[in-house]
Amino acid sequence: MKAFFNQRSDSVKDIIQIRWHGRGGQGAKTAALLFADVVFSTGKYVQGFPEYGPERMGAPVTAYNRISDNVIRVHSNIYEPDYVIVVDETLFDSVDVTKGLSKEGAIIVNTARDKAEIIKLLKGYEGRVYTIDARKISLESLGRYHPNTPMLAAIVKVSGVMSEETFLKEMQHSFEHKFAAKPAVIKGNMKALRLTLQEVK
Amino acid sequence: MSIRERLSGNEAVANAMRQINPDVMSAFPITPSTEIPFIFSSFAANGEVDTEFIPVESEHSALSAAIGAQAAGARSLTATSSCGLALMWEMLYVAASNRLPIALALVNRTLSGPININCDHSDSMGARDSGWIQIYSENNQEVYDNFVQAYRIAEHPSVRLPIMICQDGFITSAAVENIELLEDKEVKEFVGEYCPENYLLNSRQSQSIGPYAVSAYCMEAKRAQLEALKNAKQVVLEVAEEFAGISGRSYGLFEEYRLADADYAMVIIGSAAGTAKDAIDQLRADGQKVGMLKIRLFRPFPGEEIAAALKNARVIACMDRTESFNSQCGPLGAEVKNALYNAGQAPVVINYVYGLGGRDVAVENIASVYADLIGIDKTKDAGEKYRYLSLRD
Repeated sequence: MKAFFNQRSDSVKDIIQIRWHGRGGQGAKTAALLFADVVFSTGKYVQGFPEYGPERMGAPVTAYNRISDNVIRVHSNIYEPDYVIVVDETLFDSVDVTKGLSKEGAIIVNTARDKAEIIKLLKGYEGRVYTIDARKISLESLGRYHPNTPMLAAIVKVSGVMSEETFLKEMQHSFEHKFAAKPAVIKGNMKALRLTLQEVK
Repeated sequence: MSIRERLSGNEAVANAMRQINPDVMSAFPITPSTEIPFIFSSFAANGEVDTEFIPVESEHSALSAAIGAQAAGARSLTATSSCGLALMWEMLYVAASNRLPIALALVNRTLSGPININCDHSDSMGARDSGWIQIYSENNQEVYDNFVQAYRIAEHPSVRLPIMICQDGFITSAAVENIELLEDKEVKEFVGEYCPENYLLNSRQSQSIGPYAVSAYCMEAKRAQLEALKNAKQVVLEVAEEFAGISGRSYGLFEEYRLADADYAMVIIGSAAGTAKDAIDQLRADGQKVGMLKIRLFRPFPGEEIAAALKNARVIACMDRTESFNSQCGPLGAEVKNALYNAGQAPVVINYVYGLGGRDVAVENIASVYADLIGIDKTKDAGEKYRYLSLRD
């Protein structure tokens, strides 16, 4: 069906597309919405949306982002992402996470394992591969396992859609609003973001 | 001054409601409803609106309470989705026949079964003959803009009918997108105060609402109701023109996208229209003369205008996001073919059912429809005229 088009029009090719893979309860959808929020602050057009399957804790969940300098009109899921984020590495057994992923793009995996080990699981994916130990960072900075905050910082770093400085400033602002009554949580979340920006590899 | 924001479709509608500050909102607050009453109830609890929020035990009661409040003289609204609308069924007709301009924020989701919670239009299409005005939205901006315009249309003295503002479940309702909001005072001024001519709490003028109509009157009542619904078409245009004055955004009865010189036209409703625009731009870049007509006002159905807009199209695809179980067409297909027949136009019309239960619609799926239309024109063989799009084998 692709062959039906001889060329992609400008309205489509300037969109950065991102796909999130997680499990229900881990916050992949929240991370996608937070990412849309923070990129919006740079003046871009954004979309952040979940794909709803069976709603239960632990079920595979997919969420998406589009980012563009122009109005985004398309309202479909994303089949050829530029970036993929895997919030839960146990998904490798059941979900084809690199499906359609651009070679010029990248995949970010939340794992404590070596990158070489992860690459073996990616079915010959030729693009860039990044890893981040979101569990370690989350436990260290928040005392609890919330992988979405570190994964958000990781996609900002890897995609380069905004400067790290602007990102941290906007997130500080957003956390102050969200956790007005719990200042300790703000500090922990900011620490998680900073650690991730240093440790994603 | 417009306010640059990013909101989900649910948040967009809840904010329009906050800016309108209606008198009464009654809603069933949990599943199958959406975040709309949830968000709005927090506005009510925080004193950001003066609205009396009535959480009720069912959607039947939600609309019943709105009917009672509206009849009493209060600007009322409710919100629901999917089987919630189905449970309102009986009362939909009561609201319309009593000429009560209630607004309903609908998030289009499928009716079971099989059990499914995702987007299609089976809920509102099932209610299309209940006498409500129906307006559909492509994206979050449109559903916000349509809701701001809703009461101006519904309450107009020549109309006085309930109005349903529809958006696609999850695809826009749960998706965060850029949006431009109007200032609170701009919306307040645009919508204005509700000043009903007749209402139950008017002690100087007693009246009865919803009385029994014997056979000698029932038919005349229905005919008068139809006249009011027909009037809504002109009012929709007038309100849209005034809205363009404060927002800079133009709306009509429908939107034409690269349609004027198109040989191959698609008629479609809702969020998939945006996806179709990207497909059309790509096909136009390849030299294909394709275009689209996106329905905004479905009830009343602007048949003459739609037939005129489609007069140059040789092959037309009508896209229905619901199954009518009549074995020959969907509701949109039936309306469009009826309009074309009445106008004496006889293009080839292929009716597609697509996107049921949240089946995704990508640019390539839309492009495949145009490929079908072009192929039909070449071979002069229409084949099956009632088809399913992207059905798995």
